[in-house]
Order: sequence, then C-alpha cells, then structure tokens
Amino acid sequence: MLYYLKLTRAAEWRIEQVLYRQGKIVGGVYVGRGQEAVTVGAAIRLKDGDVVVPTHRDFSAFVMRGFSLREIFCNWMGRANGPTRGRDGSLHFGDMKRGVVGIISHLGSWCPVACGVAMALKRRGQGNVVVVFFGEGTSSEGDVHEAMNWAAVMKLPVIFVCNNNAYAYSTPAAREFAVKSLAVRGPAYGMPGEAVDGNDVLAVYASSQRAIARARAGGGPSLIECKTFRMTGHAAHDMAEYVPQALLKTWARKDPIKRFEKFLLTQRILTRPRLREMEQTIQKEVDDAVAYAEASPLPEGPTALRGVYCHPD
Amino acid sequence: MAVLTYLDAIRQGIWEEMERDPSVFLLGEDIGVYGGAFKVTAGMLEKFGADRVIDTPISESAIVGAAVGAAMMGLRPVAEMQFMDFIACGFDQVVNMAAKIHYRWGPPVPIVIRGPSGAGVHGGPFHSQSNEMWFVHTPGLKVVMPATAYDAKGLIKAAIRDDNPVVFFEHKFLYRRIKEEVPAEDYVVPLGKAAVRRAGSDVAVITYGAMVWVALEAAEQLAKESISLEVVDLRTLLPYDEDAVLASVRKCNKVILLHEDTRTGGMAGELAALIAEKAFEDLDGPVVRVTAPDTPVPFSPPLEEYFLPNAQKVAEAARKLAAY
Repeated sequence: MLYYLKLTRAAEWRIEQVLYRQGKIVGGVYVGRGQEAVTVGAAIRLKDGDVVVPTHRDFSAFVMRGFSLREIFCNWMGRANGPTRGRDGSLHFGDMKRGVVGIISHLGSWCPVACGVAMALKRRGQGNVVVVFFGEGTSSEGDVHEAMNWAAVMKLPVIFVCNNNAYAYSTPAAREFAVKSLAVRGPAYGMPGEAVDGNDVLAVYASSQRAIARARAGGGPSLIECKTFRMTGHAAHDMAEYVPQALLKTWARKDPIKRFEKFLLTQRILTRPRLREMEQTIQKEVDDAVAYAEASPLPEGPTALRGVYCHPD
Repeated sequence: MAVLTYLDAIRQGIWEEMERDPSVFLLGEDIGVYGGAFKVTAGMLEKFGADRVIDTPISESAIVGAAVGAAMMGLRPVAEMQFMDFIACGFDQVVNMAAKIHYRWGPPVPIVIRGPSGAGVHGGPFHSQSNEMWFVHTPGLKVVMPATAYDAKGLIKAAIRDDNPVVFFEHKFLYRRIKEEVPAEDYVVPLGKAAVRRAGSDVAVITYGAMVWVALEAAEQLAKESISLEVVDLRTLLPYDEDAVLASVRKCNKVILLHEDTRTGGMAGELAALIAEKAFEDLDGPVVRVTAPDTPVPFSPPLEEYFLPNAQKVAEAARKLAAY
C-alpha cells in the first residue's frame, strides 16, 4: 500500500511540478495529490477478471492493474508507443485485458459504462466486480444517477467509490449538493452507502473490501464516499486561490501518506532504512520512465488518420 | 421467400442474429414483456430469455453507456431507442464514448443503437425527427438507414456483425407500409454500399430512407413525360458510397439531392460539396436540393404535409432541371 501511495505522489509530482513546467507535458494536467489513499485503498486487492474504472486522479489504479510507469509516462508525453499512440493524453486510456476502462472528459459518463461491464461480468458468473471512481462534483451529473439506479435495479456487482475532495474545480461541495454526506444517496437508490475517512487508507480498504465481498456474493452494488481534500488546483495551471489557506493547512496535517507511514513506523511494521530504500527505488523507477518516454518517438502526423474504425483481422 | 413488412424484416434479422451468436443481446425500454413500442422485439423475451432481452429503466444515456461497457467485454448489444428522437438523452455516450474509444485506446465497440425515426405519422416535434446528421458528423460511428424490407434485414444483420458502433435509423412510416418478398435464409447487405433503385439517364436523384419511395413515385410520373430519373439509395450515410454517387452524377449529368431531414447541414449539402469537388466538369446544371425546410417537424397534418418532401415536389424540381 505504502509503495503505491508513495509512487503515485512521486510520479505525479514529476508530471505536475517538473515536466509540465518544462513544457515537456502539454495539455491539461490533473493529479490526485492528497487523495491517493482513496484509489489505493479501494482497488489494491482485486481478483483477475475484476475491472477498474479509474478517473484522471486515480494514477495508482493503472499501476496496480499492471501498467508500467513507462507506458503511463509515454501517454502523458504524447508518444507513439504510449497506450493511445498520442491520440489522447493524461490517464485517458485503458486495457480490457488488464481490466481497466479508460474514461473520457465528460464527467460521470463512465458510470453507465461500468454498469455494462458489470452486466457482462454477472453473466459470466465468476463473482467478478467493477470498482468505479468518480468525484463529488461528478455526482451532480445525470449519468451518475442513471448508473446508480440501473446498478441497483439489476443488482450488479459495482462498487461506486466517490472521491469527495471538497472542490469541483473552483466550486465547493456545498454548492454541488445539499446533503451533508453523499453516502445517503446509496439507500436512496436501494444500495448501502457508507462515508469513510478518505485519508485513512486502511479505512477505505476495509469499507471497500466489505462492498466487494457483498458484490461478489451477488448482493449488488454499494456506494462509498471517501472524504478527502484536493491539495492542488483543478489542473496544473490553476493556483486554487479560491481555497482558503487555513483549510489547506488543516488537510496538510492529515496527509494520507505521512499518516500511514507514521502508523507503520510506530507499529514497527516498517523501519526507517526500509522506507528510505523504498523512496530510492521509486525515484529510480520514475527517472527511468521519464527517460524512456523522452527517448520514445513522437507519432508521425499522418498516423492520425488510422484506426477511426475497427476492422476485423 | 415470404412476404414481410419492413418491420418484420428487421425483427427477423435481429432474431436470426440472436440465434446465430449468443453474445448478441437486446436492451431498451419496454422491449421485453411488451415487445417494444412498435413490436420490433415481439416474442424475443419468450424465445431468448430475460438475460438477453433486457427491459431497462428510462435512462437513454445508461442504455447506450451500458451497451458500450458490455461490448468492450466481448458482447454484442443491440440497444433500442423507443424513438430516435430520445437518443438526444444519450448523445454524449454515442458521440464521445462509443465513437472514440477504439481510436483512442483500441478496444472494438460493437454496438447497434436502433430505433424508429422520421415523420409522416403525425408524431409532432419529438417523435418525428430525422436526426441522422447528428451522427454523420461524428467520426468513428457508422450510420445506416434502410429503405426496403430486404435491406432492413440485411443491413441490421450487417450492423450487428460490425465491430464498430452503428446508429441504425429505421423509418417508422415504412414499418408496416413496405411489404416485400424477403429471403428466409441468412444474408447481409454490406454497410457502406449504395444501391441503384431505378436506372435512368436524365436526372440522378440521390436519396435514402422513406424518400427512396418518394423518388420512385416521381420517377414513375416523369417517365410518362419522357424524363428519365435514376434513383440512388445511399443505405449507409457514414461512411457513404462516394463511388456510387459520382457514377450516377457522371451518367446523368444532372442531380437532385433529396432527403426528409431539414435543409441546412443535411446530407444533401455534404453530397453537393463532394460533387462540386469531384464531378464539377460532369455537371450540366445546378445541383438541386429537395429537403424539408429548416423548421422543427410540425404536428398538425396540413403543416406536416407542407413540411415533408413528396413526389410532386421532386417531379417539379426534376422538370426544371431536365429543361435547364
């Protein structure tokens, strides 16, 4: 868990604070700093055949499902050998063989898609589940409503993980919905809803595992609201001056990675030398991926014409 | 061969594909117990079971989105829009999700979104639209509209077997009005290929959907006046059969572009541009459009009648063009 948390922090820092500023990554840059525990806790323990639908702030999901950092950085940098061959950026990709559905920019649109994946999994009958992520801002989209209702009506094995990071771009959650907790929407659709501390990776993990076990057993969907905080702007260009400094300071003290580290150290599960070793390994992995992506070719212009349609082999 | 209506031909095509391939399944509103608002899926729940004929909530976006998800898992969903007008509620899933997935990161998205479109049954502004061009302008989709019962069966089967998202417009005016001998055996009509419905020499009428029958009626009338119309049925609007359009223009040297859809931004404009680019030297007269005007589809019968192109309007345009 700690490895994925720290890897995400390091890789996203490189993307947002270094490569974007150097002009080596173009376009929109969205990261999940401060909320890494939501993704790691919810998606770290899945089975073969399970499917994850990660958002643009769920970096670790890709790594946990087997994407290499090299592949991920190649996509960020628009390389010809990245998963989208330069056709789309950031984390807008997937691979059905590895159980990852790629999202699009239209928020919540992937929630009905997750339901369709779950319909296929249910039909397969091997107890597989779909974990689908979305933000509290996205919860205002009609697609999220349609999907949650649909999943409940059809009793589909879907775990809806709402990452409530308090801000939808510049709009605070209080202007997105009038309930204190989005978890109450679960029962409104006919599924359990639970709110957890999204900065406590073990709490997210425990809640997710309960929901996953329930879904595997045919009990249908669940909603988990993970309360966390976006410690960055909406995207790299956004200085987020609309977020009160005091709030940022409060949440900085609750940093999910420092908190988990402290827990592991005080419980003597982890030693300081082992932690340093992990940090060094992660640095090396990120350095390698960036170097690999930078050395990789950019796509040739005319390849843009290929693959609009899928042709059978 | 049995005489089938256009509607029964679609139904038979879907039925055969359901029998042939267990990965094909249906989802939509009221398609199971009720058999669909127009009965296209009548009897399918009984035959294929509730796992393959799925009544859904009234959630067009989720219908298309779930179809996309299931398709990426290897299934072949056929999603019904109760009326094609309602696809607007699932627009994002069609044009942003389904159309672009393969291009972006690879998986095929073999879905068919089908349903009744078109006017002539006094359905009013929200049950009568010809909204095919919303999708013709979206790379990655295929857009199909059959005019005959034979094609309706062959095209729906080809659409279901295609590995791309296909938006399949059925014309509700034709559902029970068109009756033809349709082979009981398996056949497909390939996507992307037009058909010459009537060979002629003076004026080419390039059209699709219910307007094919309007063009044929006009051709019959004008034959008595020794004006020979050629009628080309596009059948697939995206990708459309450029060669067939140009061949007919080069043969007749005069062309009418006819559709039930409204004028601005319609298929006729696209074809006019193609003809101007590639067959300019072959033209002996102006390219003429006969289309519905740029209004919503009105409800009251005299308004709807005024709105719709008909054989008289086509014949009038053809007479003028023939004399040019």
